[in-house]
Amino acid sequence: MKIIKDVTSISVIFEKDKTPMIQHQLQPDLWVDSYADYLFNFAVGRVSDSEVAKDLVSETFLAGLKSAKNYKGDAAERTWLIAILKRKVIDHYRKTNSKKGKAEVRMNYSSASDAEGDWMEEQVADPYSTLENSVMENEELGLAIQECISKLPKKQSQVFTMKTIEGISTEDICNELDINPSNLWVMVHRARTALMGCLNQNWFQL
Amino acid sequence: MNSCDKAAIICNKAQYREATFLEIVKLRFHLFICKTCSKATEKNNTLTSLCEKAKLQSLSNQEKLKMKEKLKT
Repeated sequence: MKIIKDVTSISVIFEKDKTPMIQHQLQPDLWVDSYADYLFNFAVGRVSDSEVAKDLVSETFLAGLKSAKNYKGDAAERTWLIAILKRKVIDHYRKTNSKKGKAEVRMNYSSASDAEGDWMEEQVADPYSTLENSVMENEELGLAIQECISKLPKKQSQVFTMKTIEGISTEDICNELDINPSNLWVMVHRARTALMGCLNQNWFQL
Repeated sequence: MNSCDKAAIICNKAQYREATFLEIVKLRFHLFICKTCSKATEKNNTLTSLCEKAKLQSLSNQEKLKMKEKLKT
């Protein structure tokens, strides 16, 4: 009897934990600020063209807005948007591969191997190469960092993004955000400390 | 501000190559005597190299504004 009692109490706790997860709601006004960079990095990793990636992200938001009524609320907003973006990426490749694309054989002959006459061998993947892995790892790392940045307070994430990712000079940031340099460095310091803690949990032991 | 706080700020400046030569000398000296700060500096350097490795990209404010306008229409 006692065991059953314990079990019910556990399930109650479980449900209590679960309740905030069920109540996901869409807030399209905040999409661009909250998810644009994350989605952009995701898209760039897949289409390797920042212009195309930009278009895909903005198409994703539009599509999300259109089908907002189909959103059931069991997935988080970002997961849902990523799912749409994945479809958009597939559509993009379909579009570039339509009609003509299917008939074309695409192969890059490097001029050096052309001259040697053994281009076939050089096209074969190197089984010992780990280069592909590092590309994937770096992409995942990028998304992990982006996720951590999105958890920072708005001002900090803004300063950190401008400073680290966009590489804007201290003076320009200070002018734009109307703060003084020592303020900026304190914010950078807080952002970096928080990021280290976050990556420590999400990525690996720093 | 105690010397560890100052060291942390200089260390952050150094991550963006904005620390002056004198500041770096001060930082080195502090790191020589303070183990906590030298560990923190190591972590900070790792974070910088991770950010470089990940080749992060972001959309500029203008592009975000454009997207917002598109969403509104």
